[in-house]
Amino acid sequence: MELQTYIYLFVGGTFALYIGIAFWARAATTGDFYVAGKGIHPVANGMATAADWMSAASFISMAGLIAFKGYDASVYLMGWTGGYVLLAMLLAPYLRKFGKFTVPEFIGERYYSQTARIVAVICLIVASITYVIGQMKGVGVAFGRFLEVDFDTGVYVGMAIVFVYAVLGGMKGITYTQIAQYCVLIFAYTIPAIFISLNLTNNPVPQLGLGSELASNGGYLLDTLDKTLVDLGFAQYTDQKGTSLNMVLLTLSLMIGTAGLPHVIIRFFTVPKVRDARASAGWALVFIAILYTTAPAVGSMARLNLTNTIQSGPVGEPTANLLYAERPSWFKNWEKTGLLKFEDKNGDGRIQYYNDKNTDFAKKAEAFGWKGNEMTKVDRDIMVLANPEIANLPFWVIALVAAGGLAAALSTAAGLLLAISSSISHDLLKGVFMPDISEKNELLAGRIAMTGAIIVAGYLGLNPPGFAAQVVALAFGLAASSIFPALMMGIFYKKMNNTGAVMGMLAGLLSTLIYIFVYKGWFFVPGTATLPNNAENWILGIQPESFGAIGALINFVVAFIVCKVTAAPPEHIQHLVEDIRVPKGAASATAH
Amino acid sequence: MSDSSSDYWKANIRLVSILLVVWFVVSYLFGIILVDQLNSIRIGGVGLGFWFAQQGSIYTFLVLIFIYAKRMNALDRKFNVHED
Repeated sequence: MELQTYIYLFVGGTFALYIGIAFWARAATTGDFYVAGKGIHPVANGMATAADWMSAASFISMAGLIAFKGYDASVYLMGWTGGYVLLAMLLAPYLRKFGKFTVPEFIGERYYSQTARIVAVICLIVASITYVIGQMKGVGVAFGRFLEVDFDTGVYVGMAIVFVYAVLGGMKGITYTQIAQYCVLIFAYTIPAIFISLNLTNNPVPQLGLGSELASNGGYLLDTLDKTLVDLGFAQYTDQKGTSLNMVLLTLSLMIGTAGLPHVIIRFFTVPKVRDARASAGWALVFIAILYTTAPAVGSMARLNLTNTIQSGPVGEPTANLLYAERPSWFKNWEKTGLLKFEDKNGDGRIQYYNDKNTDFAKKAEAFGWKGNEMTKVDRDIMVLANPEIANLPFWVIALVAAGGLAAALSTAAGLLLAISSSISHDLLKGVFMPDISEKNELLAGRIAMTGAIIVAGYLGLNPPGFAAQVVALAFGLAASSIFPALMMGIFYKKMNNTGAVMGMLAGLLSTLIYIFVYKGWFFVPGTATLPNNAENWILGIQPESFGAIGALINFVVAFIVCKVTAAPPEHIQHLVEDIRVPKGAASATAH
Repeated sequence: MSDSSSDYWKANIRLVSILLVVWFVVSYLFGIILVDQLNSIRIGGVGLGFWFAQQGSIYTFLVLIFIYAKRMNALDRKFNVHED
């Protein structure tokens, strides 16, 4: 069979499965639509959470990020997993005990304030919309490379699939689809990784392969990689390049942001009990860790494979560089997409791939007759997608990776869309504007809001604002500086009052927004940055991406000060806090 | 808040504090701040600091959450605040 046939078979098969699940798991009540009737088993919810969390960025981009940043990419590995510790111990069980449908609903009731609820809705929508743009783009890119349809068609097909199961099934449909999507994406990720680890190190477990000796020269993988890169003027893979302060703050911002992202938090509203919420966070991290501990192996092995393919012998020996005419077929495939670019600067018909920004090495390179780095573009994203081709794996593995990338993007998009639509139909419509709306009408409103959210997300995916790449930092910054502190204080500080919480949220939100805008341009409009975005201008050397943790600190401090000088919260609110602190008496599963 | 439930809450805070100290040590301390010192110790072909940053911290996080879940369930029963 042709590769294309395999891809159509795998992608078509998984899509048929998702639609089948949609019809089987239709939502009958608002409880089904918002929280899947609170009847999801903790292990199943853990799996759904893993798919919800691991986006196109985790699946496609992370290993590439690690491949090119080496040790410094550890911030993403720790930041995007360590947040689950905070979520499990500080938020999930208590919010499950509270037992309602949305995150802004908790903030509104705990702080007895519609203002607080609306501020929370705004933070949620901004954070979720920015995130969903990336997913829609991921769907478009995956279709474009694998199904050879154009980007726009890819986005339309993605929208149609999400529409069927998210509008019909709400959280219930999304949950069961996410479980299926997790299975697809984790096989798609680990199978190529196992083959590549076997090829390079004879060890089938990528996590162990990372620390193993290479089959080719007997040296350790990472030592060989370090030496190979240094020989070509690149920085050592295992060395730290950024400052420790920025690494600590970025890790902390990502952890707090992860714990504060509403589409992840609401997944823990779907389990039957408080104790299930605790265990479920652990299961979620088990399923996430399978991918996240494999990624460092994939990253380092892919970097070594790529470098060795181009530079197959001692640096400086003319025949050690790959002849362009003899480049492998995956090289040609990715050149077609424009993600890999070669320019024969010295006209020798061979490829030189080295760091020409390193002035010491550039002198040596000149002596070799090299006239600059000839790999003018190596997009990080191709690392995972090209892996099976680089390792010469069978066609069905390539098809599986295509289906896996789509599963990762669709599952995260659906989770985000649900968070957005429930905050519109439940928090704004029922909570603020139409408190008397009937359940049937609210369910209908939820479905309409979902449809609207899909259209907006699709539109933004087709016409991504120029700042799409930058807004991920914004999403985490917002969640870290506004949502997480408000939730945590609501549970752990009984005396926190409405004014303190609202002022804290606004202070955290605005300080983070302003810090990002000052260096990256106001509302990300190019050319409007107040100060150049470099280490000399950053306050205390803190980069804008790392500021979320500082924003959270500002939120806590402002909230405490304002709270001390304003009236204590009413008695019944303090009782509410005491009540959510103990598991006893949690509302059990609704009809399921 | 009754004495029993305030004791329950204190025990909870104590447990979470201990676990979060470990959380901080394996990621921020071992993975970032002390990474160079720890890299002089090697397990297989990986420096220990690098290993904690890209592997060990994640495994520890997992263990921490399951210890938390198990100990909290035990506390729920001890203070008779468990569900059903």
